[in-house]
Amino acid sequence: MPVNDVAYFIVYFVLLVAAAVPLGIYMKRVFEGERTFAHPVLEPVERVVYRVTGVDPEGDMSWTGYAAALLAFTMACFVVLFALLRLQGFLPLNAGGVPGMTTALAFNTAVSFVTNTNWQAYAGEASASYLTQMLGLTWQNFVSAAVGISVAVAFARGLTRSVCRGIGNFWVDLVRSLLYVLIPISLVLALVLVSQGVIQNVSPFTSVTTLEGASQTIAQGPVASQEAIKELGTNGGGFFNANSAHPYENPSPLTNFLETFAILVIPAGLTMMFGKMAGNMRQGWVLLAAMFVLFAVGLTAIYGLERAGNPNLARAGADISAAADRPGGNMEGKEVRFGQAGTALFENATTAASCGAVTASHDSMTPLAGGMTMLNIALGEVIFGGVGAGLYGMLIFAILSVFIAGLMVGRTPEYLGKKIGPTDMKLAMLAILALEAGILVIAGISAVTPSAVASVLNAGPHGLTEILYAATSAVGNNGSAFGGLSANTTFYNVALGIGMLIGRYLFIVPVLGIAGSMACKKVAPPTSGTFPTDGPLFTGLLIGVIVIVGALTFFPVYALGPIVEQFMMNAGTLF
Amino acid sequence: MKRAFIVSIRMAFVTLLVTGVVYPLVVTGIAAVAFPRQAAGSLIERDGKIVGSTLIGQAFSSDRYFHPRPSAADYDGTASGPSNLGPTSKRLAGDVSTRVDEVVEANPGASKSAVPVDLVTASASGLDPHVSPASAKLQVARVASARGLTAEQVLGLVEEHTEGRQLGLLGEPRVNVLELNIALDEFGK
Repeated sequence: MPVNDVAYFIVYFVLLVAAAVPLGIYMKRVFEGERTFAHPVLEPVERVVYRVTGVDPEGDMSWTGYAAALLAFTMACFVVLFALLRLQGFLPLNAGGVPGMTTALAFNTAVSFVTNTNWQAYAGEASASYLTQMLGLTWQNFVSAAVGISVAVAFARGLTRSVCRGIGNFWVDLVRSLLYVLIPISLVLALVLVSQGVIQNVSPFTSVTTLEGASQTIAQGPVASQEAIKELGTNGGGFFNANSAHPYENPSPLTNFLETFAILVIPAGLTMMFGKMAGNMRQGWVLLAAMFVLFAVGLTAIYGLERAGNPNLARAGADISAAADRPGGNMEGKEVRFGQAGTALFENATTAASCGAVTASHDSMTPLAGGMTMLNIALGEVIFGGVGAGLYGMLIFAILSVFIAGLMVGRTPEYLGKKIGPTDMKLAMLAILALEAGILVIAGISAVTPSAVASVLNAGPHGLTEILYAATSAVGNNGSAFGGLSANTTFYNVALGIGMLIGRYLFIVPVLGIAGSMACKKVAPPTSGTFPTDGPLFTGLLIGVIVIVGALTFFPVYALGPIVEQFMMNAGTLF
Repeated sequence: MKRAFIVSIRMAFVTLLVTGVVYPLVVTGIAAVAFPRQAAGSLIERDGKIVGSTLIGQAFSSDRYFHPRPSAADYDGTASGPSNLGPTSKRLAGDVSTRVDEVVEANPGASKSAVPVDLVTASASGLDPHVSPASAKLQVARVASARGLTAEQVLGLVEEHTEGRQLGLLGEPRVNVLELNIALDEFGK
C-alpha cells in the first residue's frame, strides 16, 4: 500500500474519533435537556416551534405514544412530499421544465426520502425541479435523519433509565435533533462546500459553446444546501444522477474528504452519546470498536481489490498499474481526482452507514469489492450505520449477543444491569428477521419475475447481483444502487417501496417496544456472574454475532453472485 | 391519536418551512455574496462568452487539443452518469480494447498495454474534468505536431497545469483538460 493512501485513512479515523467524543457529549446534553453553549441562541427558537405546533415539551411518552407520534408524522410527511412530486410540473422554480412524476415513481420516491433511504429510480437533473429538490427533498433529508436520531435517543433512554416514566418525547427529540445538531452543522458544511466549488443557485441551465464549437448545456441548482445534509444525515440522494461523483456535488479531493467525514461523524458520535447516557463511556467505546473493526475489514477489501483492478481491462490493452502520475486499478466508473483511496473510503463509508451517496459506479466495481459494499448493507447497517439507525441496530445486536452469551453460561441475560426477557428477545429477533427476510424475499421474487429480470443491464452472475443489490439497498434503507438496473418500472417502484417501509418501520417499532419494556426494569447491581459488556471480549462477541448472522443468511446467494463472478473475471470469462 | 395527527401536520409544515425554505435560501444568500463564482458553477468566460466550467469536462476530438476520458454521458451536462458496465461485461472489454487501439493509432510513441487505464475507461460522472498526468503526457507529441509546437513547449504547459494532491495528502495528481486546452489556445498569443 502506498504511504499516502495509508496516511489518508489514518488521518480520517483520527479526526473522526476526535470529533465523535465532543459531539457525543454535546448530544447527550442536548437530549437530556441540559444547557449547552448553543442554548442562548437556539432555545428561544425551540420554544417558538413548540408554541406554533402546539407541542407540550414537558412529559414523556410511553413507547406506544412515541411510536404513534412518529408514524403519524411520517404519514403527514409522505402525503405532502407525494403531492409535491406529482404536481411539480405545475409549480414554479422549474428550470429544467420537468413534468410531474408518475404515481408509481412518486410513491417510490416519497417513501424513499421519508424512510431516510434515498433510493432514486429517477435522475435528479432530468426529473426533479429546483422546488422539489429544496422544498421536498432537502426537507426530508433533514427530517428523516432527525427521526432516526430520535429513535436512537429513545432506545438509549429505555436501556439506561432507572425510573419507569416512558422513553422521552418524540416531538422534543425531533426538534432538538434538527435545531441543535443537523441544521447548524449542515449550514457550516454547505458553505465550506460552496467555497470549494459546489454550486448553490436557482439559475437557468447554462448554455456553453465549447472550444471545439459544439454546444453543451450544464444543469444548475441549489446543490450545496442539499449536499451537506445528504451526507450528514446519511441520506444519500444525489441532486444529480451521478450523485457525489458529479463535479458540482463533489468538486475536489477536499470536498470528498469532508463528505466522507460527514457520513460517519454523527453515527460515531451517537455511540459516545450512548456511553455518556449509560454513565460508562466504555459501553460506547465497545460499540465503536466493533464498528471500526468491521469497517476496517470492508475498507481493506474494497481498496485492495479495486486497486488491483480488473484483469479483463489489462487483457484489452490498458495499463492498470498505479504510479506517481496515474491512479491505475479499476477506473471504470471512477473519477481521477478522488483516486482509489478516496473512492474506496467513500464507498465503504456510504454503504456501512446507510448513506447511499456514491462517488463511483458500484455496478462497475470488481465483483468482490461490489459484493463488499452490498454486504456492508446486508449486515444490518450497523457498521456506524445510518444516523440513529446505526446505534439502535447495533444495540439490537448487543442484546442478541448478551442473550447468546447468557445461553452459553446458563444465566439470565442482562444488559446494563437490566434483565432481557422473552418479549425483548422476540422483538429483537423480529427486527433482525424483518430486515433479512425482506431482502431475500424481494430479491427472490424479482429474480423469477420476467419484467423484473428484463431491467437488468449486465448478463451473467452480475445480473443477479444487480437485483440482489437493489433489494438489499431498499430494505437496508441505504439507497445506493448497481445503477445498471432500470429501476423506474412499476414492479420495482412498488416492490422496493414496500421493502423500504419494511426495513424502516418493522425495525423502528420493535426497537421502541424494547425501549418501553426495558425502561421499566430495575437495574440490578453487577455480580461476579454478570457478563461484562464494556470490554474487548464483548466487542469480539458482538462482531462474531453480526458476522455469523449475516454470513449464514447471505452466503448461499452471494456464492451465486459476486463470489462466482470474481473467479470468472480472473479466468477471463465475459458475458 | 387525533391530537398526534394535528401536531404532525403542523410539525410537517414548520419543519418544511425551516429546512426546505429558510435554510436553502440562507445558504444561497451567503454563497452568492461570499463565493459568487463557485456558487454559479465556476464558469469560464472568454471574449464575453461562456466557454465552459472548470469543473465540468468537455468533449474534445481534434488532434490540436488534449482529449478527456471517455464519457458514458457524452459530456452532456444535463445527463450525468457512468456506463454501469460490470467487470465481466463483454461490451466493456470490447470498448476498452477499441479505445486502446484508437489512442495508440493517434498518438506517436504510444503502445498497447502502456495506455493508462483512466484514459480508456468511462468516469463515474460522465463529466470528469481531469485525466491523470500520465494520460496527458501520452498526448503531448500528437498535440505538439498538430500545432507546430515543440514537445517541450507542450510538456511545459502540461506540467504547469498538473495539480498535486490537495493539502499534500488528499486525492490524486491530475490535469484539468479544459484549462490545459485553453492555455494551449492562448499559448504564444
